[in-house]
Amino acid sequence: MTVIELLSTVLLCLGAFFFVAGTVGLLRFPDVFTRLHALTKADNVGLGLVVAGLALQAPSPAVAGKLLLIWLLVVVASATACNLVAQAALRRGIVPWKR
Amino acid sequence: MMASVNLLMALLLLTTLVAGLWRVLRGPTPADRMLAAQLFGTTAVASLLLLAQATGTAALRDVALVFALLAAVTVVAFVRRAWRGGRP
Repeated sequence: MTVIELLSTVLLCLGAFFFVAGTVGLLRFPDVFTRLHALTKADNVGLGLVVAGLALQAPSPAVAGKLLLIWLLVVVASATACNLVAQAALRRGIVPWKR
Repeated sequence: MMASVNLLMALLLLTTLVAGLWRVLRGPTPADRMLAAQLFGTTAVASLLLLAQATGTAALRDVALVFALLAAVTVVAFVRRAWRGGRP
């Protein structure tokens, strides 16, 4: 196993960890806003780490650039979607969770 | 070697996707179900990219791109059209 492969595996494992954390947050957190917080942050970091790990294995720089663009698209889309859902939930009178 | 690592990671991501179905089942609001769908979008993009690398199928990267776009459009359509009126 070369250094690149080892590094790529470590990045993929970290990314999978963030995905698992995001899913646990989605399942365990009490309301819409906290679930948004778990999803949109943990998942995009997870996808970013997976993309970084795959970019190390990419057959050509063009493929690595395409992976990066896909990640950027997901990040922008998810930030927008998070704001939209949170605003809609507030407008509908869902009260943010308090201890 | 790397192909099996990639396949294993894709399997792990699909497992988290199945766990996310619980939130779709439980709700309680439509927004919670939609959030789970958004999670599925991101997870599907990641696992498609992993599968593209593992099997050497470059076209799967385009499929991942379409998934990313569709997830964004879906949430916007949900907020603007579906989630208004009726019960909270």
